[in-house]
Amino acid sequence: MILIWIALALVIGVPTALAAISEQLAWRGPVYILAGFAGIVALGLVLVQPLLIGGYLAPLSAYRGRRAHHWIGGALVLAVMIHVAGLWITSPPDMIDALTYSSPTPFSPFGVTAMWAIFIVALLALLRRRLELRPRTWRFIHMPLAIIIVVGSVVHCLLIEGTMETFSKAVLCAAVLAATAKVMMDLQVWRKRRTLRGEGP
Amino acid sequence: MTMVVLNRRSLLVAGGSVLASGVFATGVSGLLLPARANGLAPTESMSGGANNYRKGAAIVDRIGKGGFWMSGTVRRAGDGAPLAGQRIQIWAHTVEGQEHEPQSHGATLTDKDGKFRLEMPQIIPIFGQPHGHLAYDSGEFKTVFLRPVMRSAKDNSLEAHFVLQAA
Repeated sequence: MILIWIALALVIGVPTALAAISEQLAWRGPVYILAGFAGIVALGLVLVQPLLIGGYLAPLSAYRGRRAHHWIGGALVLAVMIHVAGLWITSPPDMIDALTYSSPTPFSPFGVTAMWAIFIVALLALLRRRLELRPRTWRFIHMPLAIIIVVGSVVHCLLIEGTMETFSKAVLCAAVLAATAKVMMDLQVWRKRRTLRGEGP
Repeated sequence: MTMVVLNRRSLLVAGGSVLASGVFATGVSGLLLPARANGLAPTESMSGGANNYRKGAAIVDRIGKGGFWMSGTVRRAGDGAPLAGQRIQIWAHTVEGQEHEPQSHGATLTDKDGKFRLEMPQIIPIFGQPHGHLAYDSGEFKTVFLRPVMRSAKDNSLEAHFVLQAA
């Protein structure tokens, strides 16, 4: 039980610590540094999300895990906004190119697409009750967007040459992919559960 | 150095020029383009090339303390003749300053063989890629902005080549 927490702390903590001692930081301003770390934190939160919803982070109960998943989702939105705003302040033309999908850097469209998917999920989560989305409908919307967020974030991160150390970054990205795949298989999110849950017409 | 930049902007540009040449071909039966058809094609501006450009960077012997070499050639579209005395502006995020800061900018002139070479501070990765910026915008030829990417952030030189067409 404690092992998963130690593993989680290492998988997120080591790449963050290695980025914090990167020599690249010497040539960057404080806003750019903040923007970069907001991106690293965001990727860490993307790893926490499937672990929470899958109930792997004992002793958190399924209910508490779900509550935490909602709050971490909000934190993820905030981290992405700091990431984008900080990069915009650092170099407005480069950020505008990225947001308009006209950047020369191959990783930008992946990050921007993941950003929109994060915003859409967060917005729909807020409106879920008002829109009276049934669990099955919600899953049908959230799962494809979750995959876009995970794949987009991972590709975005891997293609960037910046402060993160290559190996620890790859391990973090692999953990994000593995956690997402595991929770989707364990919860059988793609199975029709009409009969199981009595959600019939 | 071959560079393949595939994104929406370059695709749009490419698609647009294909369309345009198609229109020309049917309209004036290619009369405007025969010389270029089997000659050296002009260099297109690269997407993001003009980012953090500052107009009128001064001609300098060296940008900052140096230690890194930016070099390249300037030739004329069609016959490929070297263009001497052309002003090339260079800027990048280096160990001595950010891309937009004045001390990160400088310019140099091509020699009689159309070659240029300017010493500048070490370029470092910025916005996810170690890259430099170059501009030709003196007016005699069509303006071109380039954004070459270094193969490795440890490289201490970078090349960019211009083929200019009449403005």
